[in-house]
Amino acid sequence: MTRQNLRKLTERQSAVIAAVKADGELGRRIRDMGLVPGTVVTVCGRAPLYDPVALRVMGYTLTLRNNEADYIEVVVED
Amino acid sequence: MEATIALAGNPNSGKSTLFNALTGARQRVGNYPGVTVEKKEGRYELNGIKLNIVDLPGTYSLTAYSPEEVVARDFLVDQRPALVVHIVDAANLGRNLYLTLQFLELGVPVVIALNMIDVAVERGIRIDAEKLAHLLRLPVVPTVARSGKGKEALMEAVAAVVQSRAPIDPLFISYGNEIDPVLSELGRRIQAAGFLTQRFPARWTALKYLEGDEQVRALGAKADPRLHAELEAAVARLADHLQSTADTYPEAVIADQRYGFISLILKQGVVTRTGDLNRLFLSDKIDQVVTQRFVGPLFMAAVVYGLYHFTFGISKAPVAWVEGFFGGLKGLAEAHLSDGPLKSLIASGIIDGAGGVLGYTPLIMFMFFGISLLEDSGYLARVAYMLDRVFRAFGLHGSSVMAFVVSGGIAGGCAVPGVMATRTLKSPRERLATLLTAPFMNCGAKLPVFALLVAAFFESHEALVMLAITVLAWAGALLVAKLLRVTVIKGAATPFVMELPPYRLPTLKGLLIHTWERTWQYIKKAGTVILAISILLWAMMSFPQLPEVVQAQFEERRAAVLAAAPAEIAAEMAAVEKEAGEGVELSEQAQAVKEQLLTIEAEKAGAALEHSIAGRIGRALEGVSALAGFDWRTNIALVGGFAAKEVVVSTLGTAYSLGEVDPEESGSLSEKLAAAPGWRPLTALSLIVFTMFYAPCFVAVVCISREAGTWRWGAFSMIFNTLLAFTLAVLIYQTGSALGF
Ligand SMILES: Nc1nc2c(ncn2[C@@H]2O[C@H](COP(=O)(O)OP(=O)(O)O)[C@@H](O)[C@H]2O)c(=O)[nH]1
Repeated sequence: MTRQNLRKLTERQSAVIAAVKADGELGRRIRDMGLVPGTVVTVCGRAPLYDPVALRVMGYTLTLRNNEADYIEVVVED
Repeated sequence: MEATIALAGNPNSGKSTLFNALTGARQRVGNYPGVTVEKKEGRYELNGIKLNIVDLPGTYSLTAYSPEEVVARDFLVDQRPALVVHIVDAANLGRNLYLTLQFLELGVPVVIALNMIDVAVERGIRIDAEKLAHLLRLPVVPTVARSGKGKEALMEAVAAVVQSRAPIDPLFISYGNEIDPVLSELGRRIQAAGFLTQRFPARWTALKYLEGDEQVRALGAKADPRLHAELEAAVARLADHLQSTADTYPEAVIADQRYGFISLILKQGVVTRTGDLNRLFLSDKIDQVVTQRFVGPLFMAAVVYGLYHFTFGISKAPVAWVEGFFGGLKGLAEAHLSDGPLKSLIASGIIDGAGGVLGYTPLIMFMFFGISLLEDSGYLARVAYMLDRVFRAFGLHGSSVMAFVVSGGIAGGCAVPGVMATRTLKSPRERLATLLTAPFMNCGAKLPVFALLVAAFFESHEALVMLAITVLAWAGALLVAKLLRVTVIKGAATPFVMELPPYRLPTLKGLLIHTWERTWQYIKKAGTVILAISILLWAMMSFPQLPEVVQAQFEERRAAVLAAAPAEIAAEMAAVEKEAGEGVELSEQAQAVKEQLLTIEAEKAGAALEHSIAGRIGRALEGVSALAGFDWRTNIALVGGFAAKEVVVSTLGTAYSLGEVDPEESGSLSEKLAAAPGWRPLTALSLIVFTMFYAPCFVAVVCISREAGTWRWGAFSMIFNTLLAFTLAVLIYQTGSALGF
């Protein structure tokens, strides 16, 4: 089990969210979309310029920018 | 019995589709006061109950970060609808219920429409609606909005709740042993002091303080500054405590607990899944191709070009019909009214003005249809996803591209539908920057101006100049957007976090309703203003009229020409004039006389224009405009261009005493300019740049004002753009002159 930044996940890799270190509007948006500790996320693609990233969360697809993903810490099963 | 109910839900949950299914064409569209968020209302009748259904904007939450959320929340709090029908995407129950809880905490009765049941079934998700209803203690009705299935049952449930009129207590969620005690304590104090209790439940206000809600805190500070300060202090203590013990924020804990509450409910057998949660569905497979690194951008270019072609190519015929109709009307007016200011007002002021207003409607209709198609199918979100990296660098949003392209990013668009295309953009600052810069693109009306100048001075480099013009417009728009985003519209990028909804087949009915509503809104709201301004502009170009003496002089010259002609020629001319016969073959001599008369007419029109308000403005500005190489004639033409950019060409023609020049056939004018003193390639270049960047035509200004929600931004775009354009033109002209061009 390693704890790391969401940005570092590679394509098709899954992880469990450990913490969301953002407050204010960004924090709110992230949580509204169901990205809270305990949620499983899978990277399902990146835009042609490698940013934003597309994630699969709770059965739907979500996209956020890399610099927004930086606020999210995840735990990856080794 | 009458009641108001609200329709709410996450974006893409099928809310508009359900609203259309319920209300059909009986809808009214407006705006919420002070913001540009659309407000739709419709009626539905059942068992003698008249329901007024208000479609709230789609939101994921009820915080106060976006205008949509504020509007939705204010409506629930202030208008107190009898209940909220919450459209929930059954395939996404967890995330959707997050909003349900917020309605319930606010104490609003909720009926859940469990929509997209068909999609859920297809994805192997089974939902026990009865169990969900039982656990949440509210009616849950499965629906498929697309086909209208379940809507009767839904409305029966709604009617039952409306009739029972049972007041409900706000939902009480436990937020854990750190938050709960503080929440109860603050709630008690709020209740005791009657702090904002007219509007909000006490515990809800306390919760909003813990979440740091700007709107509620601002209201609180006004209502009772002392209690407000105490609440803030208590929240700060809790925040410090959470920070030091658990490295988290109150709002994060609150969100976690809400999701915890939801998963507790869902775990009690509400949702059963067959198959893998993360299985790839058709939609994901489409994405693997359509957003693929190399195929994606190519496909997107094709789609964007397709939208452009659809908007401007297919609408050519209807635009021509509208123009033909008003042209005919104008012809009638000219034939049947006696000469004078009244005829001019009706023909050139009112009919041309109304023609101008309606001439845009086919463009607007096709554009909205195309954009709605992309939006409802889910593709627009992919465009934003793929282009975000590029546009973000300029403080814009990936979907800004649509507005730019429609405005003339592919030369030949139109800023009026372009500015309206920004409606799909939900990030306020990015949207404003887009709608202020989109008019820099080369719309179809600027092209005749460029064509005229290129033909006169850059004939041999035509293709190159035209390409340079497109590149320059894009560069200008993007750089100015960046400039605006670090000055007048500064502020951090709006979070991008966005759903990529599954691809769905939109319904034709939905698209048509959508298109029609928005087009009608344009005609009704913008139309009258545009008509009024076009009459004003007409007056500026026509008054004051030439003094009697001068008019008499032209009349004398006319008479002299006729008198000098042999009698039979004069008779021939008179006969032709009487029949107003265009097709009649004139003898060679008569033709020559007619030419002379036309020359006099053109000179008279030129003199009249110079004498008018516009002409005086042009003269007055000559001192300044000379810096950019423009004489008074060019100035008048540019003033006229505020009505529509192609008017620059015809006005320039009048000013050069060539009579009204058809913008499409400006050959005679370009010869004249090429030979005219004071004109050289540098002047033309300066004018090209000025035309590209100066004030948008007033129709676009009206639309900018409407889309931005205030006249100030319309005024800003006129003043700022003109100053910018002038600075650029002066730079070009002075540098060029210094270099000896
Ligand atoms: N399969 C299916 N599609 C639906 C259903 N309801 C709506 N849609 C489609 O979902 C898309 C988004 O719907 P819309 O009403 O625009 O969503 P809104 O953003 O919530 O207003 C459209 O293409 C609809 O045709 C449904 O119950 N089943």
